[in-house]
Amino acid sequence: MKRHLLSAGDLTRDDAELLLRTAEELRSLADRPIKKLPALRGRTVVNLFFEDSTRTRISFEAAAKRLSADVINFSAKGSSLSKGESLKDTSLTLEAMGADAVVVRHWASGAPHLLANAGWSKSSVVNAGDGTHEHPTQALLDAFTMWRHLGNLDGRRVAIVGDVLHSRVARSNALLLKTLGAEVTLVAPPTLLPVGVEGWDVETSYDLDAVLPKADVVMMLRVQRERMNAAFFPTVREYSRRYGLDGRRMANLQDHTIVMHPGPMIRGMEITADVADSNRSVIVEQVTNGVAVRMAVLYLLLGGSEPAVGATEGTNL
Amino acid sequence: MSDFLIKGASLLGAEPVDLLLSDGTVAEIGSGLSAAGAEIVDADGLVALPGLVDLHTHLREPGREDAETVETGTQAAAMGGFTAVHAMANTDPVADTAGVVEQVWRLGREAGHCDVQPVGAVTVGLAGERLAELGAMADSAAKVRVFSDDGKCVSDAVLMRRALEYVKAFDGVVAQHAQEPRLTEDAQMNEGELSGRLGLRGWPAVAEEAIIARDCLLAAHVGSRLHVCHVSTAGSVEIVRWAKSKGWNVTAEACPHHLLLTDELAATYDPIYKVNPPLRSATDVEALREGLADGTIDVVATDHAPHPHEDKDCEWQAAAFGMLGLETALSVVQQTMVDTGLLTWRGVAERMSATPARIGRLSGHGRPLEVGEPANVVLYDPAFSKVVDATELASLSRNTPYVGRELPGRVVATFLRGTPTVLDGKLQ
Repeated sequence: MKRHLLSAGDLTRDDAELLLRTAEELRSLADRPIKKLPALRGRTVVNLFFEDSTRTRISFEAAAKRLSADVINFSAKGSSLSKGESLKDTSLTLEAMGADAVVVRHWASGAPHLLANAGWSKSSVVNAGDGTHEHPTQALLDAFTMWRHLGNLDGRRVAIVGDVLHSRVARSNALLLKTLGAEVTLVAPPTLLPVGVEGWDVETSYDLDAVLPKADVVMMLRVQRERMNAAFFPTVREYSRRYGLDGRRMANLQDHTIVMHPGPMIRGMEITADVADSNRSVIVEQVTNGVAVRMAVLYLLLGGSEPAVGATEGTNL
Repeated sequence: MSDFLIKGASLLGAEPVDLLLSDGTVAEIGSGLSAAGAEIVDADGLVALPGLVDLHTHLREPGREDAETVETGTQAAAMGGFTAVHAMANTDPVADTAGVVEQVWRLGREAGHCDVQPVGAVTVGLAGERLAELGAMADSAAKVRVFSDDGKCVSDAVLMRRALEYVKAFDGVVAQHAQEPRLTEDAQMNEGELSGRLGLRGWPAVAEEAIIARDCLLAAHVGSRLHVCHVSTAGSVEIVRWAKSKGWNVTAEACPHHLLLTDELAATYDPIYKVNPPLRSATDVEALREGLADGTIDVVATDHAPHPHEDKDCEWQAAAFGMLGLETALSVVQQTMVDTGLLTWRGVAERMSATPARIGRLSGHGRPLEVGEPANVVLYDPAFSKVVDATELASLSRNTPYVGRELPGRVVATFLRGTPTVLDGKLQ
């Protein structure tokens, strides 16, 4: 694996499968009384967040702590647009403090890429979501969740529904799921599909009802109400009618089909409460899996090649 | 003022001749010339071109002297073979009054490295709301003839119409930065497959083409002169070609970076490649080269846009638009147009000297290299080759997109009215 995790597209199939297997081993920790491994003892992980995201931050924090790393949370609100401290100076500061890994969430697409490649620091960089670009650990936890429910993803049909245009989750998922052999269909009104999506090597559809009966996985994306003001769709009501997942549509799914959502959900907009709380929904499990996957990412970027559980130090957990 | 005898220069790429520069003019042209007391310049292997004229330069003074000054910007121009540059109006304060344009013009005269011809803003403060005092700027000592809100588009159709009409009174031209503002809100790079992948907001070609089409129609309707700045798309070339076929008075420029670089460079997320209009596709580059070759695109203009280091050493989205251009323009034109066989040196002289001077109504520039004409001459070594090193540039800023790239050619000497501003590749 590379030294950084910037894009889901950087992962080979071998990398991705190693990550999923490692996550599976690490997930078993969650069922033990002591949920901690010494693997990253003495290593420092910095959560560098230029954008609010409590969920993602605490997920990475829990992951790093369960591997015994020291965790520093650095919330750098504001931006170089508002003439705060520049990304470069922040990076140099973290480097001087001896960060081994920097987990970065940033409002600007490409900011993790810059951190990793500008020569400011030697830390490993993990992209925890950048602008409307990518969110590779979300894609990994989504793939991990699918894998646990469906087994091998070869030939599995995954429908990703909603605001693809502004979604870093959709971009990372499209890349990773292709690598793992799944068939991805992006479903959205034409206004919310990116220009040039025909080059992404995925299917696209404007018709949710046509896609649902064949899907093994339905992943609903968050849609911000404010998009309505920029004419991406006329009203919330019309959006929900055409692209929302409700009980009626859920009835057309195959028996084994699971429903996912990266959160935070807007109940009543892209997904109704009865669907979100149904037994098809794996939304809460995605959160648990998120910690395991992020442990696997940190472990493999910082730790090494030995198996994560049992091999480091003599502790018999 | 000493005389200079240029020995064996290839005049516009033709057979070597000697040129005697005396009293600010070309005094003699011929072979085996000699002149007592004249300083000899060995021009063996060098191409002699008329001094270059840039229709589109940002000198940043007044207001952003941390990025460039008239002094450093005109030094960069001289090093690039330019003897006249048009200084864009988006300074701080904006060049929208006779006072500011006269200040810029005077700073240029004091610097003395090349002539500085100020461009006047079309609207007050570039705000696109009401016309600036165009007539006052035209009547000032700076004798402004080119008006532009460059950096911003005169997007209001009525204002654009009135500006086009109004400047007819003093033979002015409106140079439009064609960018439909609503289609390009927060736009970061060329809209295409790559912008979708990179998650950078797209700047669609149609936002440029729609304005150019509208402006050509407006110019035809009111019978005025339109100049289109930094044409960047294949569609824009088509529209300009169509307008010219109608006999309308439309001219257009292309920038060196749009003739060489493509949007794929944005995948580095290195803002050194962030420019407005953005780098486009290889198809657009091809169309621009063809358009420049067949005369649809009349001139090469640099859009030299200096920015301090911190405005480029940051997130792409936070970074400033723009790249340096003066010192590399001729090299890029050689690589993309001359070495490819698309343009002769005579054609280069047309596109980079005669035509821009004519559009800007600069009487003392862009003249043919003939006896009695002003001695604005550049000697250029096309056989030279170098790797661009930003620290060697005369510009105060370092934001060149060509760092580490090998470019052909070198300006050996630039003469402004018979006086060398550059000699042996060094500023004088």
